[in-house]
Amino acid sequence: MALVETRNLRRVYALGGESVVALDDVSLSIEAGEFVAIMGPSGSGKSTFMNAIGCLDRPNAGTYALDGERVDALSTDELAAVRNRKLGFVFQQFNLLDKIDACANVELPMVYAGLRAGDRRPRARAALARVGLADRVHHRPTQLSGGQQQRVAIARALVNSPKLLLADEPTGALDSRTSLDIMALFQKLNAEGVTVAVVTHEPEIAAFAGRVVRFRDGRVVDDVRQTPRDAAQALAGAA
Amino acid sequence: MSALEALYSALGALRANKLRSALTMLGIFIGVGAVIAIVAVGSGAREQVLRQIRTLGSNLIVVFPGNLTSGGVRLGAGVANTLSEDDAYAIEREIAAVQNAAPTNRAGAQVVAGSANWATTVQGVTPAFFEVREWDVAAGRHFDAEEIARGAQVALLGQSVVASLFGDGDPVGETIRIRNVPFLVVGVLDRKGQNPQGQDQDDTIMVPLAAARQRVLGVNRANPRSVGAILVKIRDGEDMTQAEADIRDLLRQRHRLQPQQDDDFTIRNLTEIVATRMASARTLALLLVAVAGVSLLVGGIGIMNIMLVSVTERTREIGLRMAVGARPRDILRQFLIEATALSVLGGAAGVLAGIAIAAGVAMQAGWPLVIGLETVVLAVAFSALVGMFFGWYPAHRAARLDPIEALRHA
Repeated sequence: MALVETRNLRRVYALGGESVVALDDVSLSIEAGEFVAIMGPSGSGKSTFMNAIGCLDRPNAGTYALDGERVDALSTDELAAVRNRKLGFVFQQFNLLDKIDACANVELPMVYAGLRAGDRRPRARAALARVGLADRVHHRPTQLSGGQQQRVAIARALVNSPKLLLADEPTGALDSRTSLDIMALFQKLNAEGVTVAVVTHEPEIAAFAGRVVRFRDGRVVDDVRQTPRDAAQALAGAA
Repeated sequence: MSALEALYSALGALRANKLRSALTMLGIFIGVGAVIAIVAVGSGAREQVLRQIRTLGSNLIVVFPGNLTSGGVRLGAGVANTLSEDDAYAIEREIAAVQNAAPTNRAGAQVVAGSANWATTVQGVTPAFFEVREWDVAAGRHFDAEEIARGAQVALLGQSVVASLFGDGDPVGETIRIRNVPFLVVGVLDRKGQNPQGQDQDDTIMVPLAAARQRVLGVNRANPRSVGAILVKIRDGEDMTQAEADIRDLLRQRHRLQPQQDDDFTIRNLTEIVATRMASARTLALLLVAVAGVSLLVGGIGIMNIMLVSVTERTREIGLRMAVGARPRDILRQFLIEATALSVLGGAAGVLAGIAIAAGVAMQAGWPLVIGLETVVLAVAFSALVGMFFGWYPAHRAARLDPIEALRHA
């Protein structure tokens, strides 16, 4: 059983009286431990697919099983619980809360998991250590660089030990060196067993993934496995 | 998330926008502050009036001769001489609910002591008077029974009279002249202060009733035993209205009035008069509370407005929270707690300000400061209710947001 398994997934939007087919019978599987890059031009359906497998959205038709559990017809509250326990999100704009420190930001998913403050703190610290920010625990996001902010966001995504890490253009707001840095971190986490799916329109970023799925007009048009480029080496080479 | 943690997080959010939060609280602050101040000042004034009533003597009914409307002829209460000393004795003797009935006469008189003189009120009294008015002597002694019976020329002075005639000197044993008639001062009365009408009750001299009539005020030829008023003290726990009716029946019988005839006397229940005054004060207070209620309403709308702005500004935050696992009800609760924290903080500050205002007013007016715990609890609880009521709609809007749209929000 694949970690992510969609069958004939269909998502249609009503846009000004017209219906737009954003996902058209998408059947795709992602195995546990994979590092997948999802590519495609804007409007290709890659973001809609990302939202669908991220349990942020419900398909109009088709089935979606995450970690062996059908999630396509769950209630809003049940989807929230699935996102909380099984998924970790990383966004282009980091989406950190400015008013609280890095540690509190990382604690947020555990807050909604119902953990007590005393149990959350050590886990948040451990997650920050894992992304190399052990010494920035009490910094506010505004006191951190873009790369550091994205690391905090990754720590937040990891802290509930999700089955799948979903990153939507994670390097879109970063310079190329910092982008390499973040991709190296994703590769390290993947090597540690975390399944990663990265949505990107940049081929250079997709090159670090072991598999590239291309979307066009709501369909998967290409699905290839490749030998990933090593981000850590690229970083060393750039230095 | 525990309730305490949710509250802490809400306070953090409010702290992030200090000026805005403070301004938003202002409406509730003013509303609650006004209510607390009004209620406290009102209770203080009421307590003051009650204290003044107590200085008159509790459970007091006063009977005056004459009637404001007597047949076709209108007479002022107190101008006729239809009430006699014996009516008082009959009331005390025959009505079980009556503890004491004190006949009294009073008139203004010029009083001389040595080289000082003073215009004051002279009252002719019997021992019952001191019982009814709950009035003791501060120095010297009361009249004795023999002095009352014989109408001895002895006098008790009120504190204001002592101050005017003797300054700091001791008047006991001195002789004063009331309308040129010598009286021996045997004692000084306790201080009573003002009555509810604002008159100085200590500006008075008391002499035995018979002495007042024969030596000072003069005997009425039509009714030699007539008195200006009868003060009646009703026993504790007795029904004042029933006692009043009993007194009326007794006096009508003694005065041989036919059923079609009006009373030739007037009965006043002082407690009732004061109660009427308090009722009108309460009406005014209600009006002010209504105004304060409008302020709370406006404050509540202010909270709703700011919470809507806050929800819009924090749309991405809401989306992120949803993405990491917040359920709609978690978001609802978060914003409800923030709105309620705003209004409760405003309300609590309002309570403090209201108490400060009331304390200032009480100090200026010399009133007691009366603030019930239930008033404070009610005010804070009501502001919490305002916050929840007006915070509900913005919180509901936040909870209904679609996480995808919210995350995409600029």
